[in-house]
Amino acid sequence: MRLTLHIWRQSGPDDKGRFKTYQLDAVNEHMSFLEMLDVLNQQLIERGEDPVAFEHDCREGVCGMCGLMINGLPHGGYKGTTTCQLHMRHFKDGQQLTLEPWRSAAFPVLKDLIVDRSPFDRIMQAGGFVSVNTGSAPDANAISVPKDDAELAMDYAECIGCGACVAACPNGAAMLFMSAKVAQLALLPQGQPERERRVRAMVETMEEEAFGACTNFTSCEAMCPKEISISAIARMNKEYRKAFLPGRPVGGGKVS
Amino acid sequence: MKLDARIPSGPLESKWTSFRDHVTLLSPANKRKHSVIVVGTGLAGASAAATLAELGYKVKAFCYQDSARRAHSIAAQGGINATKNYQNDGDSVFRLFYDTIKGGDFRGREANTYRLAEVSSQIIDQCVAQGVPFAREYSGYLSNRTFGGALVSRTFYARGATGQQLLLGAYSALSRQVAAGQVEMHARMDVLDLVVIDGKARGIVARNMTTGELESHVADAVILATGGYANVFYLSTNAMGCNTTAIWRAYRRGAGFANPCYMQIHPTCIPQSGDYQSKLTLMSESLRNDGRVWVPRKKGETRAPNDIPEAERNYYLEEKYPAYGNMVPRDVASRNAKYWCDEGHGVGTSGRGVYLDFADAIRRLGEDTIRERYGNLFDMYERITGENAYQIPMRIYPAPHYTMGGLWVDYHLMSTIPGLFVLGEANFSDHGANRLGASALMQGLADGYFVIPNTLGAYLGKEKLASASDDAPEVREAMAGVQARLDKLLGVNGSKTVDHFHRELGHIMWNDVGMGRSEAGLKEAIARIRELRGQFWEDVRVLGSGNEINQELEKAARVADFLELGELVAQDALAREESAGGHFREEYQTEEGEALRDDENFQHVAVWEYTGEGSEPARHIEPLVFEAVTPTQRSYK
Repeated sequence: MRLTLHIWRQSGPDDKGRFKTYQLDAVNEHMSFLEMLDVLNQQLIERGEDPVAFEHDCREGVCGMCGLMINGLPHGGYKGTTTCQLHMRHFKDGQQLTLEPWRSAAFPVLKDLIVDRSPFDRIMQAGGFVSVNTGSAPDANAISVPKDDAELAMDYAECIGCGACVAACPNGAAMLFMSAKVAQLALLPQGQPERERRVRAMVETMEEEAFGACTNFTSCEAMCPKEISISAIARMNKEYRKAFLPGRPVGGGKVS
Repeated sequence: MKLDARIPSGPLESKWTSFRDHVTLLSPANKRKHSVIVVGTGLAGASAAATLAELGYKVKAFCYQDSARRAHSIAAQGGINATKNYQNDGDSVFRLFYDTIKGGDFRGREANTYRLAEVSSQIIDQCVAQGVPFAREYSGYLSNRTFGGALVSRTFYARGATGQQLLLGAYSALSRQVAAGQVEMHARMDVLDLVVIDGKARGIVARNMTTGELESHVADAVILATGGYANVFYLSTNAMGCNTTAIWRAYRRGAGFANPCYMQIHPTCIPQSGDYQSKLTLMSESLRNDGRVWVPRKKGETRAPNDIPEAERNYYLEEKYPAYGNMVPRDVASRNAKYWCDEGHGVGTSGRGVYLDFADAIRRLGEDTIRERYGNLFDMYERITGENAYQIPMRIYPAPHYTMGGLWVDYHLMSTIPGLFVLGEANFSDHGANRLGASALMQGLADGYFVIPNTLGAYLGKEKLASASDDAPEVREAMAGVQARLDKLLGVNGSKTVDHFHRELGHIMWNDVGMGRSEAGLKEAIARIRELRGQFWEDVRVLGSGNEINQELEKAARVADFLELGELVAQDALAREESAGGHFREEYQTEEGEALRDDENFQHVAVWEYTGEGSEPARHIEPLVFEAVTPTQRSYK
């Protein structure tokens, strides 16, 4: 098939950026979307033009590194599919495709289709963990975890941190990403001791970054390649409210 | 090159305990004074960085991805082995040890493998404590599944995303230490050289992949946890960025490279669909628990799989290996798939594929159970191939997946360069000539959570380290060398892309240094790799500059190293005149086509020493001594 690609080109963070149009012939329906871009880049290099910079690594849909706006939708908007696992059989001969980086104030563009997602790391550093040192934890079966809780925790834990939720949100909110971790750890017995402190710290850090607020558009859920449910946000909100009830530990041996 | 494995004395089962009882300890106040560099944030690197930071060391961690959470351990699907014996089906530390040594075709080091089995149980405790949501039974207890090469159920899993969950567990522990100021995290950094001062590893040179700036970092010890080198085949199940650069540069600085020819070709991957293919996707080995492997009995069969009657199907693994059936180890399953495709029974448009059929399991257990066990894998298969594997059998074919070879390390996981430690897939230590399924995650975490925290102190406590700074002549020399190499890559301005050379190298490796190797083929491969390397440096085209994000430059530096490593892999395969595990020399096979070892002449680790540009590397050996087990011909019948 033959495609017309309108791709966002931006040489660096200080460049204004612009769309450039490329024609690509002989696209095979079995190619992945990124393999189609590989083919384009090989042609660009042969012509002496700067190849399109885009991020990718595992190409198995789990590292969370890839992510493009394809015709205005994160990862193209195909159910449960990251850009790397999207195959060209979904597109038609002669189609026009617009490729952009994630658009969010919190994720500045570094080059072409690459953005800086380090705010996600900082949210995790604020509380996305269980404070336990290695080496001598009790036997793994000492605390039993109901199967349904474990399954639900796993549903939330499958987040790959790609940022599609932020890109999908008209407000640029990171609620789905942040709440998925809060919900996972709140469901498991191991996450209990720091439950209140965790949610307060993660929300606080999220608000310090340039993310917007959640106003229930629910586009994050629709565009999440791991199909993470917005019930995570509901759980997080519940956790957050509970954390402010009087007498709750807030860290440093203090209570609210 | 001196190869002292420093294995503690005493009986096998008490070596690790006695090591820990007598190893030098550093006081908390002294740990604070020491700094450590950790390269790579996969299971081995992240768990090491987090644990060392918890102990009080000052850690600097590096990864090439935009976040530590993305390392390729994340893609491991099926599970992690541990000797919990929760199923009460007869498992024990000795059994896991024995399965691993036997699975590795008796080419692993007993003491290391035993230690791995010994700490496996604690890993599960550790991960559960971190909030890893492993699969559970309705009792609330942990669930297990069976993996290849074992007769017990000892594999713990989290759906088909076990690697992801374990890595996110390690990443969360690492994040906690970053927040605590104990770990300085450097993402988007390409480590391009090792700094050796007074014969000791003291630092690294890295390129900031955002700005292009070169940076040097010095410390008291360097840990490489940079994974394997299966991307030397171009097409593999590894992530696109997986590379050999850090361990290859360390090899060039004097670290011995052990058994480079031991590489694992994984039997269950989605077959290649065209020349544009950029990578191969693995389908977890756990699928072989319920899937049956077969090919049509008729050569050149054209009927659809569901139209082929039972009597005309050849379930070759079940027929040939009645005891293990579809659960034979990976090397055996891969070789048999290649054999039947070579014989003209392969399926799919390329003829390079065999069926993995779930029809029987779906009849027996129902589609819902199969969906619960493998749903995400079936979905992934459908996304890639457009086919529904609940209705028609999957097509699978072997693909390069894991490298058992790597930098040589002793019992302390220290390489031949003092102060350079190597963890996880990057070292050679635990799997012999073939790794069993669900053992890579186990080794990565064992090395990072339990081994290095005990052995690093032994080194730092004994060595008198002079202070080192970024101004040291050795640092300046390494920086200048890296800069010159990058300039050279940018300056060739030839006519062919980096991918062109990588793909060519992959063809050579796959055809002559892949599943079947012969003397003539290996000699030809060596000659062709040398030729290709010459062409690369004369004709590669890398556009742009070094002072910006330049993904072609990153790739070019990696492929340049693969072009050197590929030759060493072939040389090692040529020198090892026997077959063992994943290393199959056509000249050395049993009458039934199984790997035929030569214990008299090759019961050793081959360790290669770099002797300079254009000079042949030297081959040293570490003899393997088996005290607890007796090497036998592996049988899975």
